[in-house]
Amino acid sequence: MSSEWPLWEVFIRGQHGLNHRHVGSLHAADAEQAIRNARDVYTRRHEGVSIWVVRSNDIVASSPSDKGPLFEPADSKVYRHPTFYDIPDEAGPM
Amino acid sequence: MRDRFEYALRLGDNALILSHRLSEWCGHAPALEEDIALTNVALDLIGQAQFWLGLAGELEGAGRDADALAYRRDAGAFRNALLVERPNGDYGHTLMRQYLFDEWHRLALAALAKSSDPRFAEIAAKGQKEVAYHVERSAELVVALGDGTGESHKRMQAALDSLWAYAGELFVGDEVDARLAAEGVAPAAEALRPDWDRATGAVFAQARLKAPESRFAHKGGRQGRHTEALGKLLAEMQFLPRAYPDATW
Repeated sequence: MSSEWPLWEVFIRGQHGLNHRHVGSLHAADAEQAIRNARDVYTRRHEGVSIWVVRSNDIVASSPSDKGPLFEPADSKVYRHPTFYDIPDEAGPM
Repeated sequence: MRDRFEYALRLGDNALILSHRLSEWCGHAPALEEDIALTNVALDLIGQAQFWLGLAGELEGAGRDADALAYRRDAGAFRNALLVERPNGDYGHTLMRQYLFDEWHRLALAALAKSSDPRFAEIAAKGQKEVAYHVERSAELVVALGDGTGESHKRMQAALDSLWAYAGELFVGDEVDARLAAEGVAPAAEALRPDWDRATGAVFAQARLKAPESRFAHKGGRQGRHTEALGKLLAEMQFLPRAYPDATW
């Protein structure tokens, strides 16, 4: 039966102030059922205060074969990391 | 005290027996998500059963705790309504039984939360949020399947037809109910029916299901007269503690 239900990606916010995090996916007939299923599958141990679900089909993903052009050019640009500053002691841990 | 003991048993046994029925689906439900959701409900109910049976043991004052009441009584000493001991049938049948019960459970706990006996009020208030979710879930599924395919509609209608007269028992009071209602401890069984009719009527309309008009109700479960289904259920549920008394793990 589950093969007839579309796949949904589930995002849960663990605490107020944090971001929603992708926690997994599940099958459901519609959005309401996806929320309920997410509640039952992913928040049984009090993991969340908010749930987002989105149809997996609606997610546009980068293609693994584009990895080179997308990410490699950043490799040689160390100056984009803020590691060349001296941090005064008074600033504390960053 | 005898009345309150009886009433706590009725509430505890409803939760316990329905929980066991739901647990029978564990590993067999039609979809993984449903399997987890349904067993979550079973776990909620087991928790509630523990509270009610614990209270019953306290009220009885004979040294029996929740475990002793759950595992060492025979069918004739159980006080659950017949509805919850009905066999699971197909998944639609299970969901219909759940919905008919949940809608009653929601109303019963809301009334009990205002009980003049704080012990009843406390346990009822604790269960209300869980049950609000149970009824939301089972109502949505009854609508989805009732207003679904021709096959799912047919099955849901058949389930409703066969369970209707069992649900009726929830609203047939006896002397225990009447005395407790007079003391403000528990709602009169009949008093919950109008709200239940309204709520279920709205859901059935959405689900394109027709509730039978008959008010005939199978009776006896709450007084200890059960169908043969309960004995078989208990044989499985009680096997381990009966065969290995005081086993721990």
